Amino acid sequence: MRRRLPALVVNTLLVLGALATATPLLWMLSASFMPTGQSNELPPRLLPSAPTLEHYVILFTRLDLARNLGNSLMIAIGSTAICVVLCSMAGYAFARLEFNGREKVFRGLVMGMLIPAQVGMLPLFLLLKAMGLVNTMAGVMIPMMAPIFGIFMVRQYALGIPRDLLDAARMDGASEWRVFWRIVVPLLRPIMATLAIFIFLSSWNDFLWPLIVLSDDARYTLPVALANLSGEHVQDTELMMAGAVLTVTPVMLVFLVLQRHYVRGLLMGGVKG
Amino acid sequence: MRSVVGVALAAATVIGLEGCRAAAGDGVTLRFWAMGREGEVVQELVRDFERENPGVRVRVQQIPWSAAHEKLLTAYVGEATPDIAQMGNTWMAEFAALRALEPLGPLLARSAVDDTSYFAGIWESNVIDGQPLGVPWYVDTRIIFYRSDLFARAGYPRMPGRWDEWRTALMAVKRRAGPAGYALFLPPNEYEPLLALGVSAGSRFLAEDGTRGAFSEPAFRRAFDFYASLYRDGLAPPMRNNEIANLYQEFARGYFAAYITGPWNLGEFASRLPDSLQHAWATAPMPGPDGPATGASLAGGASLVVFRGSRHKEEAWRLVEFLSRPDQQLRFYRLTGDLPARREAWSDSALTGDPRIRAFGDQLTRTVSMPKVPEWELIANRLRDYAERVVRGGEPADTTLAELDRDVSRLLEKRRWLLARAHAGAAR
Amino acid sequence: MIGVGVRGQAVAGWMFIAPAVSLILLFFFVPVTAGLVLSLTDFVIYAIASPATARFVGLANFAAVLADPVFWTALRNTLFFVLVGGPLTVAVSLAAALLVNSRLARAQGFFRSLYFAPVVTTLVAMAVVWRYLYHPHYGLINHVLGLVGLGPVDWLGDPRWSMPAIVLLSVWKKFGYNMLILLAGLRTIPDELYEAASLDGAGWWAKFRHVTLPNLAPTFLFVAVMTMIEQFQLFAEPYVMTQGGPLKSTTSIVLLMYEEGFRWWRMGYAAAIAFVLFAIMLVATMIQLRLQKEQTT
Repeated sequence: MRRRLPALVVNTLLVLGALATATPLLWMLSASFMPTGQSNELPPRLLPSAPTLEHYVILFTRLDLARNLGNSLMIAIGSTAICVVLCSMAGYAFARLEFNGREKVFRGLVMGMLIPAQVGMLPLFLLLKAMGLVNTMAGVMIPMMAPIFGIFMVRQYALGIPRDLLDAARMDGASEWRVFWRIVVPLLRPIMATLAIFIFLSSWNDFLWPLIVLSDDARYTLPVALANLSGEHVQDTELMMAGAVLTVTPVMLVFLVLQRHYVRGLLMGGVKG
Repeated sequence: MRSVVGVALAAATVIGLEGCRAAAGDGVTLRFWAMGREGEVVQELVRDFERENPGVRVRVQQIPWSAAHEKLLTAYVGEATPDIAQMGNTWMAEFAALRALEPLGPLLARSAVDDTSYFAGIWESNVIDGQPLGVPWYVDTRIIFYRSDLFARAGYPRMPGRWDEWRTALMAVKRRAGPAGYALFLPPNEYEPLLALGVSAGSRFLAEDGTRGAFSEPAFRRAFDFYASLYRDGLAPPMRNNEIANLYQEFARGYFAAYITGPWNLGEFASRLPDSLQHAWATAPMPGPDGPATGASLAGGASLVVFRGSRHKEEAWRLVEFLSRPDQQLRFYRLTGDLPARREAWSDSALTGDPRIRAFGDQLTRTVSMPKVPEWELIANRLRDYAERVVRGGEPADTTLAELDRDVSRLLEKRRWLLARAHAGAAR
Repeated sequence: MIGVGVRGQAVAGWMFIAPAVSLILLFFFVPVTAGLVLSLTDFVIYAIASPATARFVGLANFAAVLADPVFWTALRNTLFFVLVGGPLTVAVSLAAALLVNSRLARAQGFFRSLYFAPVVTTLVAMAVVWRYLYHPHYGLINHVLGLVGLGPVDWLGDPRWSMPAIVLLSVWKKFGYNMLILLAGLRTIPDELYEAASLDGAGWWAKFRHVTLPNLAPTFLFVAVMTMIEQFQLFAEPYVMTQGGPLKSTTSIVLLMYEEGFRWWRMGYAAAIAFVLFAIMLVATMIQLRLQKEQTT
């Protein structure tokens, strides 16, 4: 018994922790299927008595959230694609290309990571207004297109590429572009995958910036549309839960399917400090 | 990697094309921003407008009241304003200062709509620097909703018209309610009742052409002292309107017997109070410090405005005229409970037959608009914060109001400077 | 042919970094600098229509920020979130990492993924969900408290409990992230050290203090600093759940900046708030780094 007690304690704590972690998510899911008003009962219900899809129907018909879902998707995919291309090139260059001022520029970028994004948001808004990009998808995507953290991540990984490999190719007369395309990119694939997931998640979950930049509800991303709805429909609990489920499901799917890459990327960035 | 580049190019193309997605095609689409319940209901009304005006479509975008102010301003900055919008009349000065609204003088001159069809105080709140910038859509003012049975039992079959008598009535009701009850629900996070008391006392709120705070002046002080005394004497609980569990339940329970609020609650009270109490509540105009004639209230409500940036001003104006027709105003009233702005609509039996609504009609003849400075919304919020400090935080009124005046004067510093510059320019 | 030879590398280097760096320059560093300039002017709503009405006012905005009682309230609220929420998050992350890492634990992969799930969810969606969980009458949280005999708490309506409510949500949402990082750190500690400690008769607490903690220090420092930086930027939870109230008890510095800048359009003032926040974060980070350095030397 003495030998089994620690194991019992550890596993019980794990299970309790799992309950505490999962309950909000499970309740959200359950409430989204409850008939209107059922989630506001005493004592609180855990499961719907008669599961219904009516709230999801409302989301897609009257409230047209499919459009916002599409906006979020397009913006997330667009940002991800652009970011992966730009950050891979820059990260590799900072790691393995010799050019004047390389270290200075990189240090400058790292200092930039310390500055909170909110500091530049107001002037950026005014700048985009001058460029006519307010209330556009491009305007929403701009901060995510070349995040400094992305360059940092790729550079960290690219430092592991053996110089000899690159020098050999150069000796054979290959141009830098060819070296990058043919040799480096295949080697960078794992970190590019991780970066892609990061950026997709960040872009999908982004709230403050799209809130500021978008004024047309047809252009809203899903988190902004949800916040907008919650201001209006604060009484409609079940509807709000359906909206929350809709917002959260795509990223949960991406995470579950691509866990390995995401976790690996996190660990690399973290442990190196 | 190739596919990634492909996606990136596709993304760039989509972004580029999205900008070029012009509103091609025949017919005009009007963009109409509306808030709250009005936003839901107006979608029905515009169908008839579309039928009468083939070739014009109306796209209604609903915005919650909590975000409307910001959204309208951000839209202006981003040059993405709609054609026509519902706008709270206390925001008009701000948008006028931005020159965002189309002056309606020329359009009104050719139209059946004119100022005599509207309550004077309400129309006046839409005129900034001599120019009408909005047409009142529905009107709002604050009056007292009360439990007539509880007041009658306390010896007051009718609501008194003078502050001191009103106070005595409230004390009588409170005595009957006992230690756990109150006479009046006066949430410190609503600034409208305090402002209503202020206009009744003749306060101008801002001095020197809206460039300095006047909250320490005797007029406002009188109103504020009366306001603070309601809490001090236990007549009103210091609870915000989102801290009370359910306002209607508490009113039915008798936790409080009166509430200063607006016309939307006519419908809410009717639907949420139990049937047994449907004959036990009434409305009355605000009492005044020196008698019923001095009992003034806020000239509130929302107007329809046309934005300067609209490319379909003619059609937008037609929609404004449509929604201003007395029959449409009545229809709107029936759907939302919002009181019509057109006086002609008030002769309808739906409005004349109900004494509760008559009280609103009475009050609407004694309304005063808020100072028309762009900073007013911010100042009202500040007033609320400072008032809460006195009422809930126990700070002394003297110093707090003086501090409020200093704060407000600081907020108006820019306006002062601009006016001085304009005067200097004119003098040359 | 582009980029042949050493000079080729130099050219290619600049060309490779050009797109990313130009975007960062134009859309990050330039606005940040402009923000600094904006904070030195009295740019308010009138200036949206006519920018010429904005005047240079030197440090007046900064003085006004420091004199504004609402700013100090926001600072207090934010510091509460940083100093209570931060360590709480890290402590829970550490506990979770230790549990999941334990050799006695079953289904480690499952628990690890589950604990991480809240991190991935959209904060706005979770704030909406938790607003209902916190409902004084119908919310699950008060129901559970009631089951163990604790009175109902008006989580979002009582100024004393509103900030703790937000801290709780934040801990729930974030602990999985740091847990993963700490897990990686734990895995780098060689088993031999634990075995040696066992041979010396050390119990689990002693092992924790003398083997785990010291070896985890660098990872721990990283986690602590990153968490703190993020905590300072509190915005979405109060915006969605409480709008900064009640009685401004959940107004954070970023929320204040948003309101001043985008609700009232006092942009000069808002920019000053942003820079004051930046300065505070810089000082806090330096203090933390210095403290950690002293601890490890």
